[in-house]
Amino acid sequence: MEKRSKIKTFPFGGVHPPDLKHSAQRPIESLPLPTTVSIPVLQHFGAPSQPIVKVGDKVKAGQVIAQAQGFLSVNIHATISGTVTRIDEVMDVSGYKRPAITINAEGEEWVEGVDLSRALDRNIRLNREEIVKKVQQDGLVGLGGAGFPVHVKLTPVAGKQADILLINGAECEPYLTCDHRLMIEKGPEILVGVLILMKALNVAKAVIGVESNKVDAIAHLTAIARDFDGIKIVTLQTRYPQGAEKQFIEALTGRQVPVGGLPLDAKCVVQNIATAFAVYESVQKNKPLIERVVTVAGEDLKKPSNFRVRIGTSMAYLIEAAGGLPEGTGKIISGGPMMGKALNMIDIPVVKTTSGILVFGQEKSRRDPVLNCIRCARCVAHCPLGLEPYLLMNLSENERFDDAEREMAMNCCECGTCAYVCPSKRPLLDYIRLAKTFITQKRKEKAAR
Amino acid sequence: MIHSILLSVLLLSGVGVLSGIILYGVAKKFQITEDPRIDDVQAILPGVNCGGCGYPGCRSFAQACVAAKDLEKLFCPVGGNACMRQVAQALGIEIIERDALIAVVRCNGSVQNRPRTNAYDGTTWCKIVHNLYTGETGCSYGCLGFGDCVKSCKFGAIKIDPVTKLPLVDEEKCVACGACVKACPRQLIELRVKGKDGHRIFVSCRNPEKGSVARKNCSAACIGCGKCFKACAFGAITMGTNLAYIDFQKCTLCQKCVAQCPTKAIHEVLHGKKI
Repeated sequence: MEKRSKIKTFPFGGVHPPDLKHSAQRPIESLPLPTTVSIPVLQHFGAPSQPIVKVGDKVKAGQVIAQAQGFLSVNIHATISGTVTRIDEVMDVSGYKRPAITINAEGEEWVEGVDLSRALDRNIRLNREEIVKKVQQDGLVGLGGAGFPVHVKLTPVAGKQADILLINGAECEPYLTCDHRLMIEKGPEILVGVLILMKALNVAKAVIGVESNKVDAIAHLTAIARDFDGIKIVTLQTRYPQGAEKQFIEALTGRQVPVGGLPLDAKCVVQNIATAFAVYESVQKNKPLIERVVTVAGEDLKKPSNFRVRIGTSMAYLIEAAGGLPEGTGKIISGGPMMGKALNMIDIPVVKTTSGILVFGQEKSRRDPVLNCIRCARCVAHCPLGLEPYLLMNLSENERFDDAEREMAMNCCECGTCAYVCPSKRPLLDYIRLAKTFITQKRKEKAAR
Repeated sequence: MIHSILLSVLLLSGVGVLSGIILYGVAKKFQITEDPRIDDVQAILPGVNCGGCGYPGCRSFAQACVAAKDLEKLFCPVGGNACMRQVAQALGIEIIERDALIAVVRCNGSVQNRPRTNAYDGTTWCKIVHNLYTGETGCSYGCLGFGDCVKSCKFGAIKIDPVTKLPLVDEEKCVACGACVKACPRQLIELRVKGKDGHRIFVSCRNPEKGSVARKNCSAACIGCGKCFKACAFGAITMGTNLAYIDFQKCTLCQKCVAQCPTKAIHEVLHGKKI
């Protein structure tokens, strides 16, 4: 085991891949509006929203175009003003087609009531219930990656009361800098967002965890947090996957989330930095979630950048703005290099959970040949959840999914650390994911019966 | 000396006799009377334990046959009608004759018809690739070409054609056990009637996208134009979501639809002969 420093971190497993945060010093840039956006109706974890506009309808930016279906769902808004041209299927990150609404841009009109001024508004006027309702209406979801609706985490559960709010500013994936830049540029707004979340949860304490490789962000937030009661900034050791919910909770509070449990079982609620900012914009400025910051990075890219873009903008547009696709590009990834997904085309809309677009040369894109497992147990030592990845892979390979379930395959958070550290370059995560798919399918069938 | 030898011999014989009596009693008491016909039926069956009949192995199938009143739901695809006739004879019940089936791959997206848009160098398992993304081509419904069907076949009846990179079913070896049907994550393989002299015609595409989109990704895609539907005089063709389907029970192999198809998505197996 490597020697642990005194800075807080999760107790076991994990790695520290090279940071490679090339775009860390690039201020967030707002791009000119795209001419067309395609907005998928499912950008969150839960039920797809139901489109309520027709082809040919004129919409304004911020207008609801798809209604939430049930509790585990949020509204989807028009991100630009213009005409709805198509309601059909558009390719998403996985390459499969999903229902989406396409809007052609015409002018820049906003729905009434949106406050576009930059002035900081610290006075929280809404009460608890109003905040929870507001964030669902404004389509807020966790912007860290999973897209879990914010209002679900804020809704009180009988018998369970959180005593602390944790704000995730770890950004442990290499390359990504969107949260980092947001912390530097929108510090006060984020802290007001945290206050709103604290009010909604009825907690007195909030901790913002930031990894030690973002010194400037930590210094900046600590300086302004003096004016905010109950908010503390904590430096975390730079280690992947610090930003994974369970690891993050354990790093900051020392509490463990039980198997199959939610953070609320450990009396915590975790939200992302970008989510806190979106909450501020929604509650204080009445602005729905229609844009987000996306990092576009890669070694060969001319201009690695952080862009504030409207949801539904084509990724091709962002890559173009970052200097165009370099020659000899081998792989384009949506998300971080560890957990992101390789794309098979770049004309794919940015969604609420898109944190980055990474462009890699051919040299970096190749997978190394897979060798035999030498039972070195490096994957076991590095698994942050204490699983045995080599065993899970073996079981999955032999289609023994029941045994894999017994070996806690469903606990895997798919961080990919096992595959990253494997000296034989075995695709451990691919197989564990396959087992998880089968187990989920089986459980669904069982529940249906 | 002789005394001790005699004693041990007697003692051991005594233990042996006693154990024999106990074992006999236990065997009598807990005897399981099994229908001897099960063994007879099992001897007739091919004994490959492929699971094509829906039972875990040939023995379970034999038990099911003996227990059943008729053979309506029981059929060994490997042995076919000849084998089932013997089973019926052994059990003294009616045989229900069935058409011989064969696996067909309903994708025509060969390397020539379907241009590769990206390269994949990960785990070569269709199931995993299907979970990850759409595959190396623009079509998210077509064959991935990594051969899960090949690995699933116990009879060596499927191999990947090196030219087209699509699975090729061996007429002789395929017993229609259905293992490949289950193995394909994209549900491309179907068991169809072998047809007269092994002739059969089917729509070799499963892409339900709009014609223009499907065609862009694969030149041999069914675009759902409905020309074959109009041409068919026997009502064998039904139109689904941008796809045609030929019912093998009604198809008379007249080939009128084949001539009509603008994308050559209708596949015919004729063994070089003309009907």
